[in-house]
Amino acid sequence: MITQVWQWLTSASSWEGSAGIGHRLLQHLEYSAITVLIASALAIPLGLWIGHTGRGRWMVTAANSLRAVPSLGLLFAVALWLGPKLHGNSAYVVPSIVVLVVLAIPPLLAGAYAGVAGVDPAARDAAHGMGMTEGQVLLQVEVPCALPLMLSGVRSATLQVIATATIASAVSLGGLGRFLIDGLALGEYNVMAGGAIVVALLALGVDTVLAALQAAVVSPGLSGGTSRFRGRRTRTDRGQPTASENEPGVVGVVAKG
Amino acid sequence: MIRFDRVVKKFDGGSVAVDNLSFEAQRGEITVLVGPSGCGKTTSLRMINRMIDPTSGQILLDEQPVGQIAPAQLRRGIGYVIQHAGLFPHRTVLDNVATVPRLAGWSKAKARTRAHEVLELVGLPGDYAVRYPSQLSGGQQQRVGVARALAADPSVMLMDEPFSAVDPIVREQLQDEFLRLQRELGKTIVFVTHDIDEAIKLGDKVAVLEVGGRLAQLAEPAYLLAHPINDFVSDFIGRDRGYRALAFQDAPDFPLRPEPTVELGTTPAQARLATSDGWLLVVTDGRPQGWIEPQRITVPIESAMLHRGGTVARNHGPLRAALDAALSAPSRRGVVVDDDGRLLGTVRADEVLRAIDAAERPAIDPADIAPAESP
Repeated sequence: MITQVWQWLTSASSWEGSAGIGHRLLQHLEYSAITVLIASALAIPLGLWIGHTGRGRWMVTAANSLRAVPSLGLLFAVALWLGPKLHGNSAYVVPSIVVLVVLAIPPLLAGAYAGVAGVDPAARDAAHGMGMTEGQVLLQVEVPCALPLMLSGVRSATLQVIATATIASAVSLGGLGRFLIDGLALGEYNVMAGGAIVVALLALGVDTVLAALQAAVVSPGLSGGTSRFRGRRTRTDRGQPTASENEPGVVGVVAKG
Repeated sequence: MIRFDRVVKKFDGGSVAVDNLSFEAQRGEITVLVGPSGCGKTTSLRMINRMIDPTSGQILLDEQPVGQIAPAQLRRGIGYVIQHAGLFPHRTVLDNVATVPRLAGWSKAKARTRAHEVLELVGLPGDYAVRYPSQLSGGQQQRVGVARALAADPSVMLMDEPFSAVDPIVREQLQDEFLRLQRELGKTIVFVTHDIDEAIKLGDKVAVLEVGGRLAQLAEPAYLLAHPINDFVSDFIGRDRGYRALAFQDAPDFPLRPEPTVELGTTPAQARLATSDGWLLVVTDGRPQGWIEPQRITVPIESAMLHRGGTVARNHGPLRAALDAALSAPSRRGVVVDDDGRLLGTVRADEVLRAIDAAERPAIDPADIAPAESP
């Protein structure tokens, strides 16, 4: 079995042509990229806005509950609903992309929201206090500080899309899923296994690239590689007793008025 | 100058944070707003740069109502320092400090040159510039916070408990350096703290606020200590008011007595010859190092053997330091030094007390004698 899989993966003929691994791989990447781009364009600005204003947090919760929707069921539902209204390729491409976008939105939205919401309130206060406009606070402070969580969201959305795009082949979408669906239909299990391996390698490869990208764009001040005093910036010291507090006859003087 | 004119702030839900507050913060002075939790001091501060807008009344900055200036523009002209520094974790120390000049439209090069200058000013030279905030201690972060506020050279600075999140020793260092800096720069500063000792140490004027946002008393620290206007203020200032007020009265010419001294390395025999008293002062280069008991030593005097309990008072410095020097010296002879730290002689507690007795206290303002609940 392993030998057959290996033979299939390494024979030139399985890489060539419009049904070859090379073409399917590019197709798969293309659909995944389009999906993540569309989902990012929708979810990241929305997540930033929710995080910045603190309004509409219910949307993050609602999006998270979308994760519970079974992808295959949704795929057939959307394909049956949209398919007849579309022509040619788009009859199966559009429903597939729609479902994958729905799947990619929760991690993207949660990452962008949590990144901005988690910005040190003191940094945000200082940014306003030194005369930054709302837009400057967002772009110069909140977004750079949110990048680690935001990009984690992108990575997990991308992985999920690459993995799930395979099932879209069930509604005739191209891509690496074809090897799994067709392999199953024709009883070519070496093709199925080989296709699965290629999907897994693709996911790993893309994630490695994204990880490198993340390391390149996130400030070293945030990634923690530089921290010698991490944990020293305590937020609890407001409650520490002061000299005057220890004196009887002095009214409580701890918190800020 | 910053003037509060009958400023009221009510929050949603009807709670009154600031109640009819009127006072002036003079140009070039440090005005400290101090009071317990809920006295509206931070709210008052944040109304100056429009982080909060008042419900009624107005605040004037050099006679111009701040409500007429766009918030971002107003804030770029006002330095702002907060409790946890609020540094931007993704920017280096240098770029943190260069932020406000960059916002004001300076070129990157010019802003960075300026940032280097102010970092030097707050005692963080050279290699600190390229570090990130997470690589700094709390005290260093606060210095960067002050540097960042100073970078665009604003004439007004707002400081909201800037030193309260660091440990007491670092806090005292930062306070001393802050005062030194202010002597050079002469900014108009409004400073919020809950710590009355900090208020008295740093303020040219101290405004004591009561819960509910009413001004209880605004006065110079020495006056506040001498004549608190009501029970609230006297309770808030706390004990030892008479003693603490001595910090604001300079000592006269004491009849200083010569004090026999020896240097480090003196043998026990030489030390016993130097004095008939039980305690002997050890100096290096004329500067007092500590006390030693010549009868009890068996080897030449080393630094580690010295009794370090005695404090040292500067000649013509505050009476509090002189009294403390006399009380803390194991010999009961308070060590008095010149401005370079060289020994001038010693003074006894009873002599300091006589000087205290003769010293003038701040005269009471007739307006403060009439009993009034709120001024």
